Amino acid sequence: MGDADRPRLNRPLLFVTVLVIATSGLVYELLAGTLASYVLGDSVTQFSTTIGTYLFAMGIGSFLSRYVKNDVARRFVEVELGAAVLGGLSAPLLFVGFARAESFEVLLYATIVAIGTLVGLEIPLLMRILKEELAFADLVAKVLTFDYVGALLGSVLFALLFVPAMGLTRTSLFFGMLNAAVALLATHTLGHLIAPKVTRALRLVAILVIAGLALLFIRADRFTLWTEQALYRDPVVFAEQSPFQRIVVTRGRSTELYLDGHLQLSTADEHRYHESLVHPAFAVAPRHTRVLVLGGGDGFALREIFRYPDVEEVTLVDLDEAVVRMARRIFGAANGGSLDDPRLRIVHDDAMVWLDEHADAPPFDVAVVDFPDPGNFSLGKLYTRRFYALLRRVLAPDSVVVVQSTSPLYARRSFWCIEASMRAAGFHTRPYHANVPSFGEWGFVLARKLPFDEPAELALRGLRYLDDATLRTLFVFPPDMSRVPVEINVLNEQVLVRYYDDEVRQWDL
Amino acid sequence: MGSLTRRQLLAALLGAPLTARLYGCRPEREPPDSIEGELLGPDLRLGHRLRQPPPLAAWRDAPQRRTRVAIVGGGPAGLSAAWRLARRGERDFAVLELDTKLGGTSRDGRSEVTPYPWGAHYLPVPGRHNHDLRALLTEMGALDERGEPAEHVLVREPHERLFFRGYWYPGLYPYAGASPSDLAELSRFRALTARHAESFRLPMARSARDRLDLDLVDGATWLRQNGLRSERLHWLCDYACRDDYGLRLEDTSAWALLFYWAARLEDGKEAPLLTWPEGNGALVRHLAQAAGERALTGRLVAHIEPSQDEVRLAVLNSDGRRERWVAERAILAVPRFAATRLVPNLPTEGFDHGAWLVANLHLRDRPIGRGVELAWDNVLYDSPSLGYVTATHQRGRDFGPTVLTYYLPLCETDSRASRQALLAAEHGDLAEAALLDLERAHPSLRSVVRRLDVWRWGHAMTRPRVGFLLGGARFEAGHPRGRLHFAHSDLSGVALFEEAFFHGVRAADEVLAA
Ligand SMILES: Cc1cc2nc3c(=O)[nH]c(=O)nc-3n(C[C@H](O)[C@H](O)[C@H](O)COP(=O)(O)OP(=O)(O)OC[C@H]3O[C@@H](n4cnc5c(N)ncnc54)[C@H](O)[C@@H]3O)c2cc1C
Repeated sequence: MGDADRPRLNRPLLFVTVLVIATSGLVYELLAGTLASYVLGDSVTQFSTTIGTYLFAMGIGSFLSRYVKNDVARRFVEVELGAAVLGGLSAPLLFVGFARAESFEVLLYATIVAIGTLVGLEIPLLMRILKEELAFADLVAKVLTFDYVGALLGSVLFALLFVPAMGLTRTSLFFGMLNAAVALLATHTLGHLIAPKVTRALRLVAILVIAGLALLFIRADRFTLWTEQALYRDPVVFAEQSPFQRIVVTRGRSTELYLDGHLQLSTADEHRYHESLVHPAFAVAPRHTRVLVLGGGDGFALREIFRYPDVEEVTLVDLDEAVVRMARRIFGAANGGSLDDPRLRIVHDDAMVWLDEHADAPPFDVAVVDFPDPGNFSLGKLYTRRFYALLRRVLAPDSVVVVQSTSPLYARRSFWCIEASMRAAGFHTRPYHANVPSFGEWGFVLARKLPFDEPAELALRGLRYLDDATLRTLFVFPPDMSRVPVEINVLNEQVLVRYYDDEVRQWDL
Repeated sequence: MGSLTRRQLLAALLGAPLTARLYGCRPEREPPDSIEGELLGPDLRLGHRLRQPPPLAAWRDAPQRRTRVAIVGGGPAGLSAAWRLARRGERDFAVLELDTKLGGTSRDGRSEVTPYPWGAHYLPVPGRHNHDLRALLTEMGALDERGEPAEHVLVREPHERLFFRGYWYPGLYPYAGASPSDLAELSRFRALTARHAESFRLPMARSARDRLDLDLVDGATWLRQNGLRSERLHWLCDYACRDDYGLRLEDTSAWALLFYWAARLEDGKEAPLLTWPEGNGALVRHLAQAAGERALTGRLVAHIEPSQDEVRLAVLNSDGRRERWVAERAILAVPRFAATRLVPNLPTEGFDHGAWLVANLHLRDRPIGRGVELAWDNVLYDSPSLGYVTATHQRGRDFGPTVLTYYLPLCETDSRASRQALLAAEHGDLAEAALLDLERAHPSLRSVVRRLDVWRWGHAMTRPRVGFLLGGARFEAGHPRGRLHFAHSDLSGVALFEEAFFHGVRAADEVLAA
C-alpha cells in the first residue's frame, strides 16, 4: 500500500481504545485477585498467585498473537468481544462458582488464564494493525505510553472509585461493557480492513454483549442473591433485606436460616434447640394459660409451645414482619404451621418498647425470650437489667421466664453476664445448657420472681431430644463453662456487647 | 436586613468558609425549597408588646386579682420557685408565663412518633451535696431510694459519636489519627480539671470565689499558658463552650471552661447524664404538676409597681384582655433583658444573650451514614453546629421514623448581629442551613426528611464571657429589692437547669423567710 492510499486514521479514538483496553485489562486482574482473597481468605498469597497466573497468561496471549496470520483486524475485534464477555462476567461467575462448583480453584485459574490470554492478545494485535496494515510505525511508541497510563489509571480507579461505589460485581460488568464498546468502535475505525458482511455481524454481536451486560448491571441487586452465595455452604433459596436485617435461607441436606449472616437455626438439629428452650420452663410453670414469646418469629418455639393443650393465648412480639412472612412460606411444614394457630396473636414492635407500653397487661404465665445474640447496642439493650425489670412487670409471682443466652462455652462471660443481669433485676435464676451440634454448646437461663428448684420432670412426653433423665443433666455445668465474675449489663453501659464482641473475635465465630 | 441574599444569610449562620464550600456556586436567591415545616419562636408579637407596652394607665379599669406570691416567668426557674413554695405548704401563689406553653428554653414538642426537645435536653446526675435537686429527681423516679440514678433515665449506650474525616467514630474525642502528644495533652488536661474539682461546684454559687484570675483570661489563652496546644484538645474545649454557653473558646472565660468539666466530677469521675425523649421538658412537666392550676400561660407581665407593702403587676393576656394583679411579693424569673424592662435601674452590665437556632427534623427513616451506629448525641467535627440528638434513642426505638434535634449556636462576638440575621431569615433559609450542614455526614438525608421545623431563639442564654462571672454586676443582680426577688439562670451567667433550679428555690426560700 502506498503512502497516498493510506486511510485517514482517527488518532484520538485510537488512543481511547488503547486506554480502555489497558485499564480494563488491569481491572480484570485486580478483580480476580480481590475476589480470590475475598472468598478463599488469606489475601496476600491469593492475591500474588492470581496475579502471577494472570501475567503468565498474558505472556501466552502475546506469544499466540504470532499465529494470527490473516484478518488481523477482525481477530482483534473478536478478541475484544471475548474479553468483554469473559472479563465482564468474571466476578459474578466466580461468586456463583464458589458456591456451586466442585473445585473452585480450577474454575478460578481457568477464568484467569482465559482472560489473561485474551488481554495479552489485544495490544500486540493492535500494534500489528498499526504497523503492518496501516504502516504507522511512529504511532506504536505512543500507543505503548497510553498502555502504561491506562494500567496506572486502572489500579488507582479500581481501589478508590469503582469497588467502593459499585462493588465487585458491578465493576466487573461495567468494564465488560467498556470492552465491548471498544470492539464496536473498532469496527468503525478499522472497518475498511474487515469484510463488510463480517463487520455487520461483529457489530450485532457487540451490541448484544453490551445490552446483556447492561441488563445484568441494572439487575445486579437480584444477582446478589446468587453472589451472596459465597458466604454460605448450601445454595441460597431465599434472601430478603428487611428494614431491620438481612434474611437468608439456604438449603442443602438441611434448611438453614441466617439473620445478618448469623446462623439462627438448622432443620438438622433445631429440635434440640427449641425443645431445650421451651420445655424446661413449661416444666417449672404452674400454669401455661397465657404465654409471651419475644423474638422467635420463625415459629419453631411456637410449635413446641402449642404442644401443651392448656395453652390458651400466645402473644408473639417480633420486630420483623419479614421474618414471619418468610417462615410461613418456607418453614410452614417444619414449624407445624404454628404461625397460623388461632391461639396466636402477633405484634410487630421492638420488644423493649412494647414491654414498656404494656406494663398493665394481664400477667403472662410463661415468657420465652429468644433474641439474636447481643452483637450491637440495639440488640444488647434486650439483655439489660432494665429490660428484665420491664419483663418482670408483665409476670405473675410464680410465672417462669426462659432466655436464650449465647454459648456458655464460646461466649462464657456473655452467658454469665446475661444471667447476672437477670438476677440484678430481681429474678431467681437456674442457668442450663444443651448441645446443639450446629451451634455447639448453647446456654439458657430459666428464671422466676420466687425461688425455685430445677425441674426434674417434664410436663410432656414423647419429645425427640428431651426426656426426664436428659433434662436433669442440662443443669450441670462442667468447669470450663462454670460461672465467671462479670459486670451487669445496663442500658447506659452495655458491657455485654463488649464481652460478646471480644469472645466472638477470639473464637472467630 | 431584608435585603440579605440567601447566601449571605447562610454565611451569617454557618460562617463564610463553610457556606462557600457547601453552597458552592449555586445561584443566589433560590426560591424557598419545598421541605415542609414551620418557623417557630417565642411569640414575637407578645415579645414586641413587652418592649412597647401600653402605658400603665391602660389598666385602670382592668379586673383585679390577688395572690401572696406572683412568680413572673414559667421557665425552669419560675416553676422551681413554685415547686418549692408548694412543697413547703405555701399554696397562695401564681405563675404568670407569657407564652402559651410553660418551660421557657426547656420546652418540648411532640409528634405522633415521639416527643422531642426544643431546647435543653439533658442534666448531669447532681452531686451528693445538691440535696434539693436530688430531692426533685427522687420525686420523679429518676433517682431510686438509694440515690442511684434509674437505668432508663441515664443516657443509653451508644452515648455519642463524632463525624470526623468522612466517618462516624464512637465517642466525642477524635481519637482517629491522634498523635501520642495529642493523647498526652488530653490526659494532662483531664488531670488539670480534676485538680480543680474542689473549687468548682454546681450550682455555681457553691463554687470557690478565689480564682478570679481564671475569669480574666479566655479559655484558649489559658490552655496555651498551660502548655496545651493540641488542635484536637482545643476543638474539644471549643465544642464544650459552644455546647453549654453558645460561645467560642477564645471568648469564653477560662473559669467557665474549667467549670464545665470540673463541676461535673464526682469522686474523680464524670457524672453520667440523665435524659428523657422530650429532653428537660420532662423536668418542666414534673415541676408544672406541683404548680398545678396556679401556673397560668398566655400572661405577659407588662409593668411591675412595687410599693411599701405590696407589688402591683399589669398583665396582658394572650386574648387581649388586661388584668391587674396584686401580690405581697413577686419573684422575677425572667431573663435579664426582660427584667430590665419591668424594673427600672437594674444592673445589666455584662449580660450578653446569644442567639441559637434549633431545628427538629422529622424523618421517615434513619439517616444513612458511614461508620458506627446512630447514637444519642451525634457531633460533627468540622461544623459550627453541635450536630443533633436522636429523640427516639432513650426509649429504645432503634428503627423506622424518628426526630433529630439539630442545634446551631450563633457564636459571633456581636450577638445583636447574629440575632438580627436569625430573625431576618425565612424557613427555607434556616432549613437549608441545617440540611447543608448535616448532608456532609448523611448524603441522602433529604430523601428521608418528612418535615423540618425551626425554632429561633433570639435571646437563648446569657454568655459567660471573660470577666463576667466573677465581676460585681452579676452578684448584685440576684439581691432582692424590697418586695421583688430575682430568679433565673441568667443570674449565674451560665444557662443550666441546675442554676435555674437553684435560683428558683433560693428566691422561694427568701419569700418564705420574709
Ligand atoms: C437551645 C438550648 C439548649 C439548651 N440545652 C440545655 C441543656 O441541655 N441542659 C441545660 O441544663 N440547659 C440547657 N439550656 C439552658 C436552659 O436555658 C436552662 O436549662 C433553663 O431552661 C433556663 O431556665 P430559666 O427559667 O432560667 O429561663 P427561661 O427558660 O428563659 O424561662 C424564662 C421564662 O420567662 C418567660 N417570660 C419572659 N418575660 C416574661 C414576661 N414579661 N412576662 C411573663 N413571662 C415572661 C419566658 O417566656 C420564659 O418561659 C439550653 C438552652 C437553649 C436555648
